Amino acid sequence: MAGRPAPAARATKDLFLTTFTPDAAATLGGPDWFRARRLAAAERFSAGSLPDATEEIWRYSRISELDLDAYRPALGAPDEAAPPGSLTEVTGERAALVVVHNGRPTRIEVDPALAAKGLVVADAGDLPDGDDMLGLTPVADAFTELNTAFLPGATVVRIPRGMVVEQPIVIVHHLDGDGIASFARTVVVAGENSDATVIEHQSSSDVVAFSDPVVELDVGDAARLRYLNVQDLGPRVFQVGYQSSRVGRDATLQSSVVALGGDYARVRTDSRIDGKGGTSYLTAVYFADGSRMHDFRTIQDHIAPKTTSDLLFKGAVSDTARSVYSGLIRIGKEARGTNAFQTNRNLVLSEGAGAESVPNLEIETNDVICSHASAVGPIDDEQRYYLESRGIPPEVAERLIVLGFFGEVLDRLPASDAVTGLRAALVRRLAERASGAGPA
Amino acid sequence: MSELVVTGLRAGVEGKEILRGVDLTVSSGQVHAVMGPNGSGKSTLAHVIMGGPGYEVYGGSVTLDGVELLEMPTWQRAQAGLFLAMQYPTEVPGVSLDDAMAAALAPQGRAPAEVAGLVAAEAVRVGVSPALLARPLNVDLSGGEKKRNETLQLAVLAPKIAVLDEIDSGLDVDALKAVSQRVELITNEVGLGVLVITHYSRLLRELRPDVVSVLRKGRIVASGGPELAEELESTGYAGYDEGSPAA
Ligand SMILES: Nc1ncnc2c1ncn2[C@@H]1O[C@H](COP(=O)(O)OP(=O)(O)OP(=O)(O)O)[C@@H](O)[C@H]1O
Ligand SMILES: [Mg+2]
Repeated sequence: MAGRPAPAARATKDLFLTTFTPDAAATLGGPDWFRARRLAAAERFSAGSLPDATEEIWRYSRISELDLDAYRPALGAPDEAAPPGSLTEVTGERAALVVVHNGRPTRIEVDPALAAKGLVVADAGDLPDGDDMLGLTPVADAFTELNTAFLPGATVVRIPRGMVVEQPIVIVHHLDGDGIASFARTVVVAGENSDATVIEHQSSSDVVAFSDPVVELDVGDAARLRYLNVQDLGPRVFQVGYQSSRVGRDATLQSSVVALGGDYARVRTDSRIDGKGGTSYLTAVYFADGSRMHDFRTIQDHIAPKTTSDLLFKGAVSDTARSVYSGLIRIGKEARGTNAFQTNRNLVLSEGAGAESVPNLEIETNDVICSHASAVGPIDDEQRYYLESRGIPPEVAERLIVLGFFGEVLDRLPASDAVTGLRAALVRRLAERASGAGPA
Repeated sequence: MSELVVTGLRAGVEGKEILRGVDLTVSSGQVHAVMGPNGSGKSTLAHVIMGGPGYEVYGGSVTLDGVELLEMPTWQRAQAGLFLAMQYPTEVPGVSLDDAMAAALAPQGRAPAEVAGLVAAEAVRVGVSPALLARPLNVDLSGGEKKRNETLQLAVLAPKIAVLDEIDSGLDVDALKAVSQRVELITNEVGLGVLVITHYSRLLRELRPDVVSVLRKGRIVASGGPELAEELESTGYAGYDEGSPAA
């Protein structure tokens, strides 16, 4: 592409950012290591540039609409209202509960029996080795730096070696400050041969807000970690999220996203399998209605030999909503004997809606089995006709088909009360759509 | 007493006329068989009656008890009492038979639990294994399983008039018995009217049609009693040229 002008990336210092400065970052408290870490990240952020849609990984995104100065960091001032108590009702049985309010962990409960055996669920700022818990997985773009720079706290879950945690560890996020920018960090360290399920639920009041959550999952050798993130943010939240995982030797990660809300909601998922025999299953269900946009970028990064990744992302768009899926399978030189699969399917439910699907492969070794598939299209006429010919009204037929389409992924989610509620939530959203009562 | 009346029906696909003026009647308790060579328009007739996607109507009418069906969407035709057992039932991934039947009977105020009971009872009668009830509709079913499944739905939905498009194709002897006996019983007990499309007199020996019509190149070219079916099976359709007078 010789001769093409360099992309006009927006240098953050040229944006005259007045709120997200190193000085502002310095106002956040906590232990010295935390302050130093924030400051260093704030300086890197200020010296760097914000991405724009000319970069491949931001193509089709709405990043150019983001005006950071329109928001202020949520500093967790005590006058901010507590999140609604009803939030924790959705969680049911659990091994631990964390309530994260505007990015700050405000309530942490751990089953005392498990805590006694070494299960740690805490704010990083309260841990003597909190500094070591952050940045375990390589995360580095402007928004992860910004996240670090303005972290009010960070939720750390550490499952000790060999521990089997039967009930899910539940982290409930709520965002309710009008005009705030929320920076949440979740770090899960699954010790060798441990077994656990972590469920995060993100919700918000109907506020204008920016959300920049970062999740780091470190799956130790032979560990089994199931991770589910349910995103049900309000219709005026702009989210740029990052989920990063490292999967160790013979370890298995099952990571899932269910996205229902937001105005623009992006999640980048990087899964790096660096232990021989490691497996990463990545799944997502997303349903965008109204004028919202869901944006997913995934990287299945195979470093070690005999690693497996299997990705299944299924989405539906309705009204004038849009979605983007862009995924890369990268198989390094050492990753012999690797199996990597990537499937993205999208249903377009209205004429005004649209979905993009962009699969990519980058393979540096021969001995691999690798496939990708992607599809974007409307509901199949013949399926709809078959159901209608039984007497099923069209909007019900459509709802059944969409739920059936998602079923393949929903059936694989970790069993929990939170997941049981998801089908009902999807049914509700699809019903609103059909009756025309959905968001404009 | 119900009556499906097809008059002067002309229809096709993408401007190509396939049905070139079809007249026929099916009433409650009656079995009307339509036979005809491959490509004569039998399935087209079935889908046009049900309102299938892609089919265009150029003229004529289809009424059920005097009400014009051609102006109704498919689901309302079904709610009005019409059923189509498809020649090739569509696979609907992720949607179970139980859920589909519950949704189909919900507009009549029937509770899902009641419907599930009906479905389970019918499954036993037509020999559908209970494991299939929770499986996605028609996905990975054998040809015979699909046809039993269509029959099961017919029994659960209890329509006034059913169009059975080659419900016998691909059925083994036992399945054919189960399917035809179930249809026969509904016809006798609740007066179902049946428009049965088939190539084989095997099914018709079970269902004992009142009328047999021959469809050829989009027209009914002959009509008669049950003996016509036996005759067609031995002589074929060669004698029934376009335009020969319908008996
Ligand atoms: N969707 C379609 N698009 C194009 N042509 C079609 C379509 N459906 C039917 N036809 C054509 O219309 C004619 C009649 O087809 P139809 O399926 O109604 O025949 P049939 O009598 O049911 O045959 P069979 O005994 O093989 O089931 C055929 O020539 C067929 O190719
Ligand atoms: Mg046919």
